[in-house]
Amino acid sequence: MPTMTIAKAINEGLRAALGSEPKSLLMGEDIGDLGGVYRVTEGLKKEFGADRVVDSPLAESGIIGTCIGLALRGYRPIAEIQFDGFVFPGFNQITTQLAKMHARSDGQLTVPVVIRIPYGGGIGSVEHHSESPEALFAHTAGLRIITPSNPQDAYWMIQQAVECQDPVIVFEPKRRYWLKGEVDLEKPTSDPFSAHVLREGTDATVVAYGPLVPVALAAAKAAEEDGRSVEVIDLRSISPLDFDTVTASVEKTGRLVVAHEAPTFGGIGGEIAARISERAFYALEAPVIRVGGFHMPYPVARVEEHYLPDIDRILDALDRAMAY
Amino acid sequence: MAAAHLPTTEFDQTDLDGSLEAAAEMAQGEPEAPMVQLLDAEGRRREDPTFGPYATDLDGEALKAFYRDMASVRRFDQEATALQRQGELALWVQLTGQEAAQIGSGRATAPQDYIFPTYREHGVALTRGVDMSELLKLFRGVANGGWDPTATNFHLYTLVLAAQVPHAVGYAMGIQRDQKMDAALAPAATVAYFGDGASSEGDVHESMVFAASYKAPVVFFCQNNHWAISVPFEVQSRIPLSNRAQGYGFPGIRVDGNDVIAVHAVTKWALERARAGEGPVLIEAFTYRLGAHTTADDPTKYRHSAEEDAWRAKDPLLRLEKYLRSEGLADDAFFAEVAEEGKQLAAYVRKATLEMANPDIRSAFANVYAQAHPLVEEETAWFEKYEAGFTDAEGENA
Repeated sequence: MPTMTIAKAINEGLRAALGSEPKSLLMGEDIGDLGGVYRVTEGLKKEFGADRVVDSPLAESGIIGTCIGLALRGYRPIAEIQFDGFVFPGFNQITTQLAKMHARSDGQLTVPVVIRIPYGGGIGSVEHHSESPEALFAHTAGLRIITPSNPQDAYWMIQQAVECQDPVIVFEPKRRYWLKGEVDLEKPTSDPFSAHVLREGTDATVVAYGPLVPVALAAAKAAEEDGRSVEVIDLRSISPLDFDTVTASVEKTGRLVVAHEAPTFGGIGGEIAARISERAFYALEAPVIRVGGFHMPYPVARVEEHYLPDIDRILDALDRAMAY
Repeated sequence: MAAAHLPTTEFDQTDLDGSLEAAAEMAQGEPEAPMVQLLDAEGRRREDPTFGPYATDLDGEALKAFYRDMASVRRFDQEATALQRQGELALWVQLTGQEAAQIGSGRATAPQDYIFPTYREHGVALTRGVDMSELLKLFRGVANGGWDPTATNFHLYTLVLAAQVPHAVGYAMGIQRDQKMDAALAPAATVAYFGDGASSEGDVHESMVFAASYKAPVVFFCQNNHWAISVPFEVQSRIPLSNRAQGYGFPGIRVDGNDVIAVHAVTKWALERARAGEGPVLIEAFTYRLGAHTTADDPTKYRHSAEEDAWRAKDPLLRLEKYLRSEGLADDAFFAEVAEEGKQLAAYVRKATLEMANPDIRSAFANVYAQAHPLVEEETAWFEKYEAGFTDAEGENA
C-alpha cells in the first residue's frame, strides 16, 4: 500500500474520479496550471485538459451556480472553494438553489455537485482563512457534509462524493493536508456517511472530526497514562450524522466529549449533545461536554493557539466528565 | 499644483452639487439607446437592415399564431388574477404588457434549447408547451415547482432573483462539452430570463463574466419592464442595460419589447449566433409591466396612471391587431375565434386549479435527498407514528 499525504490522496482520488466518470469535471480558482493554492489538483489539467479542469473567474457564486447548471445538463461538477471564509459569496447558490433543487422539483431533478472546501485553522494564516463553517451547511436540508481525517478516507471519500446523487460538501482539514498515511487503492473505505471508532475505550467517548481527530487520539493516549480508557470516534460525516455509532459508544462508556474547531454555540456538538441525551439518557453518567471555538470571529494567528481546542482542552473536558 | 485631470484627495463641493443635479435629472427621464423595432405602436412595419432579414419568413399565419399566443396568455393572466382574488391562489405574478417580449422570444427557441425563467415567464412557458395549469401549482401552494422541466426544457420558476442565471451559463457550458463529444448533436443554447431589478444582482454580473470567458451558448434575455416592484428602472441602471454587454465583451441589443416581430427576430439572431459557437448576447426587451408586480402590490402608491396610459398606447396586442387588420391578414372572425380559445384556456385552468389535490407531506420527506438519508428516515418514521396516534381502533382519524 502506498503512503501519501491527505493532499496527495485527494489528488489521486480526483484523478480516479475524472478517469472513471467522463461527466465529472473540476471547477475553481487557480486549480489548473497552478494546481490549486494547496496543489490538491496538481497535474490534473495537464492530464485531463482545460474542459475537465476549469480555471474559473474569481467568483464563488458563479462557480456554484454554473456547477448547478452543469449538473442539470448531466455533468458531475466538483467545485473548489479556495478557503473556508470565501464560501459565503456562494452561500446563496448553495442553500437556496443547490440544496433545494431535488425537493422543489418533487424529485425529478438531481444536482450531484461536489464542493470541496479546505477548512479550519492552525496554519497561522490571515483573516477568513481559518474558519469552520460546517454547522451553517449542516443546518440546511438537502446537503451532505463529509470531512476526511486521514489519507485512506480522503482518497475514497472524494470519489464516493462524486458518485453520490446528492450535493456533497467535502470539508478538507487544511492543516492536515500534509499528514501522511497508507492508502489502500483497491479496497474502498466503508460508507462515507458513517462514523468510525478509531480507538476503543470504556471510561469515556471523545467524538471529533476532520482536523481534531489526531488531537483526540493524542488526548486519549495521554489519558491512558492517567489510567483512563477513552474511546475515540471519527465522525467522518456531519450530515447525515451517524448517531447510532455514537449512541452505542456512549451506552458503553457513559460519558461523552465532543470536540470541533467551530464555535460551540449552535454547533455540531450541541446537536450531538441533544440527540444523545434523548437516545442514551440513562446511560449518561455526566452531561455531554463540548470542546470548541469561542463565540468570536476567528482570532488573529498570533493567538489562535488559545482558541483552537488542543490535547489539554480535551483532557480538561474529560476531567470534568469524569468528575460527575 | 496637481494636474487638473488627476484625482485629488480634496473634497470638491461643486462635484457633489453636480452629481446631485445629475441624479435629479436622471430621475426625470430614463437612459436612451437605439432600439430595434419592426412594428411600431401604430401597427406599421419598420425597416431594420440587421434584423429585418430575420423576420422575412414570418407570414400571415405565423403572425396570427403570435397574436393567438399573446391573447391566450393575457387571458390566462386575467384568470389567474381572478383566482387569486377569489382566494384560490396565495399570490399571482402578472405578465400583462409583456406578452410580446415573452411570446416573441419563446417562439424563437428550438426544442433542444433550455430555458431558465424567473417567475413571470408564463408566456414563454406557453410557447414551450408547458401545461398552463401547472404554472399555478406554485401559487396555490401545492408544489414548489409544478411541472417536469425535462419534458419541455423549461426549467422551474426561480424566486431568488437572478439565481437561475448562472445555471443557464453552466447548462450552456455542458452543451459545449456535449457537442465536442458528439458532433452530430443538434446545436443548442440556453436562454436566461431576468428583469431590470434582477440585473442589479451579482449573479447576473458573474454569469456574464463566465459566459464571456467561455463563449458559452447563452442568451441573456432581460425584460426591462421599468419597475422592480416599486423602484423605477433608473435606480437599477444609469445606462441602457443593453450597453452593459459591451463591458463583458459581447453584443447587447435593446429591442422594443412590445413588438413581437422585433423580439422574435433579435432572439432568433442571438440564438443562431450562440448555437454556432459565437458566444453570448444580451437582449434588453424594453417593455412595461402594465399590472402590479404581484397581486399583493399596489402600483398607485408609486407611479402615475399617466405613465401607465402612455404604455397602454404601446400595447403589444393592439399594434399587432392593427397590422393584421390593415394588411387584411385577419378579420373579426379570427379575433372572435382567438377570444373563444382564450375563454376555453381560462376555463380549463380554473377547473384544473380547483381540482388540484394537496400533496402528501410524505412526498416532502421522500424528496429531500435522492439517496437514503438516516435522519430523514428517522423523522419520517416518527411522523408516521405520531400521526397514527390520532387514529382510533376503527381506523378513523380522531
